[in-house]
Amino acid sequence: MSEPADDEVILSLRGVTKSFGKEVVTEVLHGIDLELRRGELAALIGPSGSGKSTLLNLIGLLDRPTTGTIHLAGRDATGADDETLSLLRAETLGFVFQFHHLIGSLTALENLLMPLSIRGGWIDDAQRERAQRALESVGLGKRSGARPSELSGGQQQRVAIARALVHEPALVLADEPTGNLDTATADDIFAVLRGENRDKRRTILVVTHDPRLAARCDRIITMIDGRIASDVAAPAGAAPTVH
Amino acid sequence: MPVVVFLALKFLREYRAQTALTVGAVAVGVSVMIFLSALIDGLQRSLIDRTLGTQAHVLVRPMEERARPLLDERVPTARHVEQPAQRSRPIAEWQRVDRWIAGDEEVVATAPTVTGSGFATRGNANRPVIVIGVDPNRFEQVIPVGTKMLRGAYRLDGAETVIGRGLSTNLGVDVGDRVRIETPEGADALLTIRGVFELGNQQVDERWVLVPLRTGQMLLGLPGGSNAIHVKVRRVFEADRVAARVVDQTGLVADSWMQQNAQLLIGLRSQSSSSYTIQFFVFLAVAIGIASVLVVSVVQRTREIGILRAMGTPRRRIAAIFILQGGIVGFIGSLFGAALGGLLSFAFAALSRNPDGTATFPIDLTLRLVLTATLLATVTGVLAAVLPARQAGRLEPAEAIRHV
Repeated sequence: MSEPADDEVILSLRGVTKSFGKEVVTEVLHGIDLELRRGELAALIGPSGSGKSTLLNLIGLLDRPTTGTIHLAGRDATGADDETLSLLRAETLGFVFQFHHLIGSLTALENLLMPLSIRGGWIDDAQRERAQRALESVGLGKRSGARPSELSGGQQQRVAIARALVHEPALVLADEPTGNLDTATADDIFAVLRGENRDKRRTILVVTHDPRLAARCDRIITMIDGRIASDVAAPAGAAPTVH
Repeated sequence: MPVVVFLALKFLREYRAQTALTVGAVAVGVSVMIFLSALIDGLQRSLIDRTLGTQAHVLVRPMEERARPLLDERVPTARHVEQPAQRSRPIAEWQRVDRWIAGDEEVVATAPTVTGSGFATRGNANRPVIVIGVDPNRFEQVIPVGTKMLRGAYRLDGAETVIGRGLSTNLGVDVGDRVRIETPEGADALLTIRGVFELGNQQVDERWVLVPLRTGQMLLGLPGGSNAIHVKVRRVFEADRVAARVVDQTGLVADSWMQQNAQLLIGLRSQSSSSYTIQFFVFLAVAIGIASVLVVSVVQRTREIGILRAMGTPRRRIAAIFILQGGIVGFIGSLFGAALGGLLSFAFAALSRNPDGTATFPIDLTLRLVLTATLLATVTGVLAAVLPARQAGRLEPAEAIRHV
């Protein structure tokens, strides 16, 4: 894959809706239009039930829109079959979940091997070296052999971030990445994301309830009742109110 | 290392007790299969060996003489057709027939003989016997009398004979003694006993008198002839087919050992069917056990499956991880089961001995049986994993990740 241009659109949603139910149809997302460009660090905020998680699932290709189109890294994901969507996720997306969601039976290093080995189906020494370097970049080079249960909450989330970044995806989706961490650790974790965004112009979308965190992003997308209510650049030093 | 293998091994290692129990269940199933098969195969082989130790696989003889009415059978008439007594008759062109039979790819050896009844006399003792005129070397290849010699040697020259232990006892004779053989054809001969055999069949040991072919031909009034060709085949259960080919091509009578021992075969087949039924249900129980554990494992790992799916792992690879777990459990279980089954078999054979030291229950433990059991257990493991694997592959990542 060629190196994307600086202003390349990484994610594009056009007229996306999402409905649930067969007899009683409930539309939870209404005509979403959204674009994310390379190097953006955007926050997706909104009250509970506003449709953030549903939208994140659609952007993460974990679910399909009822109508509308989704393009990711220049590829149309709208009508793709499950196999193609899996491949697209493996190549273009990195996920950071609120509760880290590391695989408990694997060590920190082995967790990082998963996204690296998905495409080829093999684990080799080069991948192990790459995973080790990724762990070192989040300050956990010496804990590569530790199981998730042997790590603190902050360390687990660092491993989760390293896992989301190790295969250098076009877009990183972070769902409440600091949601269960204390303030100091949350700052620490955000610093890792911000560093990756600044140093490698990695596009990152953070779903958060934390106004402090949102205010430190470049752009704040606010959702209310299944619609994008506002999409603005974050004013320096400002912390928007989240309902 | 393939990531599928890596994850399957990791998952199995994480819940060690669960894995060990499943492997144990497979091992028990495989050991039952190996033990039962080895025991039953051993018993069957022993029975067949004993039966065929004194019998040709196929016995070719002339057609029986039949009286036929001269009148057309459709003409209604009162009649009684008297069937004649069977004379000792030679096989027409027996050398040519013998060569043709020997040329069958399934035939290992043939032994043309002359066979008929007679009396053995020693002093006042007199016993009915079956006189068999043989070429000792060729007969040995069909029925190994030479390996069952109790005393003396399996050697037949001129006026010599080899008799069974029972006859030796009944007549009170032994190696070096002479015995007179008389036949209904009016011939007799005084023969020197060169050896005494014991084939383990009372009828044979009390009645068989082996003499040189030429002597037999003289005694039975068949100079230069042969009235029975004994045939040994490569695979004993092919005897029926060989006999059928001989009948088709020569018009002679050909009896296979299977026809002559039909009841024994029915017994053996019933025994095998019972054994297979038991093994089937044992493996079914093992398969259900593996499937249950894997279904639970899929539930336990729902969130991890969701994470792997979210990262882009395709459905079929998720399914393959669980299929492989089933296969690994089946394979490792089968190795333990083979060892356990082998141990059980040998212990059983060692503990139950006949007075002569031979095993009461002969065990037929072969590499082929072990490999078959291993393959069967592995395939059972894989098949048992299909359902849980499909369940795992169908999980939707977004829902699976939220699983608690």
